Amino acid sequence: MGATITEKILAVHSAREKVTPGDLVNCEIDTIMCHDVTTTPAIDMLEKYGIKDVCDPERIVIMPDHFVPNKDIKSAEMVAKIRRWAKAQNIRQFFDLGRHGVCHALLPEQGFVTPGKTIICGDSHTCTHGALGAFSTGVGSTDLAATLATGKLWFKVPESQRFIVSGHLPEGVYAKDIILQIIGQIGVDGALYKAMEFCGEVIDELSVEGRMTICNMAIEAGGKSGVINPDAKTLEYVRTRTDTKFTVYRSDADAQYAQTFEINVSDLEPVVAFPHLPGNVKPVRLAAGIPVDQAYLGSCTNGRIEDLRVAAQILKGRVVAVGTRMIVVPATTEIWKQANREGLLDIFMAAGATVSTPTCGACLGGHMGILAAGERCISSTNRNFVGRMGSPKSEVYLASPATVAASAMAGKIADPRQYL
Amino acid sequence: MEGNAHVYQNNHINTDEIIPARYLNCDQEAELAGHAMEDIDVDFLKKVKTGDFIVSGDDFGCGSSREHAVWALRGAGIRAVIANSFARIFYRNCINNGFPAIECPGAAQAIRDGDRLEIDLAAGQIVNLSQNQTVQFRPLPDFAREMIAAGGLMAQIKKELK
Ligand code: SF4
Repeated sequence: MGATITEKILAVHSAREKVTPGDLVNCEIDTIMCHDVTTTPAIDMLEKYGIKDVCDPERIVIMPDHFVPNKDIKSAEMVAKIRRWAKAQNIRQFFDLGRHGVCHALLPEQGFVTPGKTIICGDSHTCTHGALGAFSTGVGSTDLAATLATGKLWFKVPESQRFIVSGHLPEGVYAKDIILQIIGQIGVDGALYKAMEFCGEVIDELSVEGRMTICNMAIEAGGKSGVINPDAKTLEYVRTRTDTKFTVYRSDADAQYAQTFEINVSDLEPVVAFPHLPGNVKPVRLAAGIPVDQAYLGSCTNGRIEDLRVAAQILKGRVVAVGTRMIVVPATTEIWKQANREGLLDIFMAAGATVSTPTCGACLGGHMGILAAGERCISSTNRNFVGRMGSPKSEVYLASPATVAASAMAGKIADPRQYL
Repeated sequence: MEGNAHVYQNNHINTDEIIPARYLNCDQEAELAGHAMEDIDVDFLKKVKTGDFIVSGDDFGCGSSREHAVWALRGAGIRAVIANSFARIFYRNCINNGFPAIECPGAAQAIRDGDRLEIDLAAGQIVNLSQNQTVQFRPLPDFAREMIAAGGLMAQIKKELK
């Protein structure tokens, strides 16, 4: 019987010949990513238990992003503490302001994600990195502290679900629409504890960025990880960013899946997730006309260069509706610079949007675009929970960058296809 | 363990609701506790007494990995969460903190708000003193019970590192 990519990676990293779903394994972790919110408690725990040294500073990458640039004194103190700790621990890989970005966009961009790796971070969207054929999952601060101390972490080997995405993606429909559609179909706990493996001709056709958008939202279906078998595109993406050695694992043809879903996207329309769950997914036409106070383009889901290009294409020569505010947040410093070179930032500013420095910002209701009671936002982010972007009485609709841009112009939720 | 039940029948209560991100510039349990559940139940803190339990539906604790959710509940006096099912990261965070997360399908429907409960972790039993009923749940897996007994993951690791 064959094995899935997830089983192969977990077996190798726990020094076993093979593993079966349900096995408890103590797994070697190759890359430990730390951001500002969940790392300070981990540092406190290491101190409390008298653990003086991290396992290996070279495995650790620090990328403060949530409240960056520091939004208040408390968040400034948190990052200051992380800086002191990193220095004391000789952690060189620190992406401070000026090289900063949303960690899940920055980690692969900077070449830290390679196929076959194991990666953890104290952040639920760590599932993003499976897009490059790694096993990558989000954990809490205690797990983070334990891994910083030992370089290992316990896991229950997950069952895998396979999502075969076939057909031809229509114009105006994007990776975001595919993953929202899948979450709408299986529900926000439809993949609870499972590895979601995406494959099929549509996934093959997607760019690496689009694949990241898909894997990023595995957690919104309750998944432990999202993963895509590496191909030539993956290798090209990785090779231009790092020369470290890695091993490519792929699922066997006779691997076992808990479930297989076949999704044909040829007739898929742009979709939105209504408040207050990412699984409340409906075609955009059913939301068309709902007024929006804010349009937010950014985050680890859709703040990459491709996303900015799509939005700029729609906004070029047009303007954001009076009464609607549009905020564009390139996910990393490199993306910001690239967008600047391509003239995208000018297009946004000319349209009456504003462009911010990279940050998680308002995606989690931190800063830089918080919603007031009664306000409504169309957002390219990944969560529309109660109060996620501000007041518990505000509303968030999730959609693709194209739908966000179209809605910003219309001042109400709009189908992007009419503007392409 | 004995205490009162605070029942939230909804499914998918997420960690943004348990502790909103606007309070994540702090990681002190006592301070977080002051905001536990405030976006879905402004009276939560007034009702909870030390030793009480939360009872909820499917997929409790979904969303963000913030362990602050466990600390906020524990700080507010909650001693265990009973739910039909749990989201994965929240479940890990509970076990790692030595904080019982009890999976008991149907609990949110069977237990009424305010019921007095007695929980026996080893036996996998909830005695509902108010309704005179006993419900069995699947006892926590061995590794989880060992971790809770050791005082959580860090305490266990500290022992191993020695
Ligand atoms: S961009 Fe949003 S979802 Fe992504 S890591 Fe930041 S806060 Fe979390």
